[in-house]
Amino acid sequence: MATVKLSSPATGLLAGGRTRRSAPARRATVIRAAAGSYADELVSTAKSVASPGRGILAIDESNATCGKRLSSIGLDNTEANRQAYRQLLLTTAGLGEYISGAILFEETLYQSTTDGKKFVDCLKDQNIMPGIKVDKGLVPLPGSNNESWCQGLDGLASRCAEYYKQGARFAKWRTVVSIPCGPSALAVKEAAWGLARYAAIAQDNGLVPIVEPEILLDGDHGIDRTLEVAEKVWSEVFFYLAQNNVLFEGILLKPSMVTPGAEHKEKASPETIAKYTLTMLRRRVPPAVPGIMFLSGGQSEVEATLNLNAMNQSPNPWHVSFSYARALQNSVLKTWQGRPENMDAAQKALLVRAKANSLAQLGRYTGEGESDDAKRGMFQKGYTY
Amino acid sequence: MVSATVLKSSFLPKKSEWGATRQAAAPRPATVSMVVRASAYADELVKTANTIASPGRGILAMDESNATCGKRLASIGLENTEANRQAYRTLLVTAPGLGQYISGAILFEETLYQSTVDGRKIVDVLVEQGIVPGIKVDKGLVPLAGSNNESWCQGLDGLASREAAYYQQGARFAKWRTVVSIPNGPSELAVKEAAWGLARYAAISQDNGLVPIVEPEILLDGEHGIERTFEVAQKVWAETFYAMAENNVMFEGILLKPSMVTPGAEAKDRATPEQVAEYTLKLLHRRIPPSVPGIMFLSGGQSEVEATQNLNAMNQGPNPWHVSFSYARALQNTCLKTWGGVPENVKAAQDALLLRAKANSLAQLGKYTSDGEAAEAKEGMFVKNYSY
Repeated sequence: MATVKLSSPATGLLAGGRTRRSAPARRATVIRAAAGSYADELVSTAKSVASPGRGILAIDESNATCGKRLSSIGLDNTEANRQAYRQLLLTTAGLGEYISGAILFEETLYQSTTDGKKFVDCLKDQNIMPGIKVDKGLVPLPGSNNESWCQGLDGLASRCAEYYKQGARFAKWRTVVSIPCGPSALAVKEAAWGLARYAAIAQDNGLVPIVEPEILLDGDHGIDRTLEVAEKVWSEVFFYLAQNNVLFEGILLKPSMVTPGAEHKEKASPETIAKYTLTMLRRRVPPAVPGIMFLSGGQSEVEATLNLNAMNQSPNPWHVSFSYARALQNSVLKTWQGRPENMDAAQKALLVRAKANSLAQLGRYTGEGESDDAKRGMFQKGYTY
Repeated sequence: MVSATVLKSSFLPKKSEWGATRQAAAPRPATVSMVVRASAYADELVKTANTIASPGRGILAMDESNATCGKRLASIGLENTEANRQAYRTLLVTAPGLGQYISGAILFEETLYQSTVDGRKIVDVLVEQGIVPGIKVDKGLVPLAGSNNESWCQGLDGLASREAAYYQQGARFAKWRTVVSIPNGPSELAVKEAAWGLARYAAISQDNGLVPIVEPEILLDGEHGIERTFEVAQKVWAETFYAMAENNVMFEGILLKPSMVTPGAEAKDRATPEQVAEYTLKLLHRRIPPSVPGIMFLSGGQSEVEATQNLNAMNQGPNPWHVSFSYARALQNTCLKTWGGVPENVKAAQDALLLRAKANSLAQLGKYTSDGEAAEAKEGMFVKNYSY
């Protein structure tokens, strides 16, 4: 046969090892080749986060966004206030029964409690994996229809390595897709490719990547349109994850649920949302992925719990759970009001929501005793996170 | 199931207007075109796929082209005549109780239109047995220009009308086999062409009421180890699913026909059934979304017993999809030899077929034991550079 150079280096069908030449450098253990030396730890971290009855507490609000939260209860956006608030959350006794991971902002990863205990240690003591937001935010995507892309690949490897040293064991990168703006094929490809590159770099540095292409709630489209777009987005994401040799047993997903747009005339019941969302997952997510941790994206606390519960009425091939920010924190924040004397009550409020979502993960949530406040939607048009 | 919506195609230029007026496209931002398929056959496709993927059952592949069937007949000293092909296929489809173990039978076109020697339509016999008739629809492998001596599978031309006619005749699933060669690379080109061809065929099949069996066979030929097979299989299936998604194929209405992940035929180390199962299941878990109802493995040169043992090893625990068989040689070999073309041997030959069918049925359920298997059944059937 002709000695044709086999499959060009740029697209080599090579093992997940580093070499790009077409030579016989393919003897690596391929079953877990990607992710290099951290493969086993990645798999066990992902499993720990995706454990039954547990989910993720997302508290990685940037300083600016955290400022909005604080000002909503009349507090200034100071480091001390951010520390006080995160301390309230992370020192809640018994949180680890319902929460398996907490996503932090960089500042918080390096912070301690007021009596000097590192936040990462508070988490580890409760068997809660510390996670870290690693993206550098959304910026306009040239050539698109006013869409965004997520930056953060520059220096990502060293950033992740540092975070690992500090105790983080998973990472998060949030990009968005807008249905009213198309989405354009460009925006979808860029979102998927960015996520895939980030995921490979994160694994290379010991962090389980949470893969989050959020399909924004904004718009008046119906649920069928959301399903279409979600299928396209996840098809692209998985294709590029494969091309980047990402180890699927060592990732977690953070999708948006498949719902109608926020301005659509009809709302969908939890059962309908579950049906559409599970259809999408079954069509796009291979069973090697250990956990799917939904974002709440503007749903009310109770909606987010009801929808999750509806998705867990029968066994799924992956852990189907939550990674909620507003849907876990909203009542906590309002109860606290920045007052030390309210701390116990605020922590209790957190446990109430955490437990409700834990039950929802097990398919056993009943919704009795929920307050009206917890039922209020938190959608904000054009919300920037 | 989700009621599919069809993206309004009014903004896409119609083929007839392609040259004439590009401004037929309405002024909207470039969208990702992703129609959730509204095949009129959607419900039937899902039902057919689930019937074929039923517990304890698998597919009898008997779609050998006339030329290939000729080789089978020649091996027992028979001429390659239509009468002989008819006699052999009659023997297979009339084996009593075959439908207990066999849920689908893939036919060659001639057989789809044939009757048994006593004048009953073969498709009717199959349906009576509880076996869904299927049909090979590809037009075979030809050299792939620009590749490293690799092949591509032709058959898209006229496929839609061909399949519509097959549906009329009683077929309810289709099969298209393309190949990928590890000794030849495989090249990126060959993999992409294989995946794209399969995806186009799958979409056309569903449009015409046939459940597509998606078969990118990674040939056994070669001295590569099992890890290399695994690499290539990961690539091939990633491309195949991506292409199918782009073509809006409905995953709940397809079946897969992969090769198991094994070392190459000339590799120095053999793999045990447990190893084959470990690698193959790992591949499936990484590449196959759970909406696919059934994965029907090809045997590709393994011995009858190997093919059964490997399948059994894959079913030692629950899987998110039906994991079963679509075997040709691994079901027919002993049967053919037992028959030898002799009418008095028909019953014994049918018993041999049923024996293998039952063994694989048990393997699908994870309950097979190889006690009592004949030596002959353990003989490998790998033929170097085998053209099917």
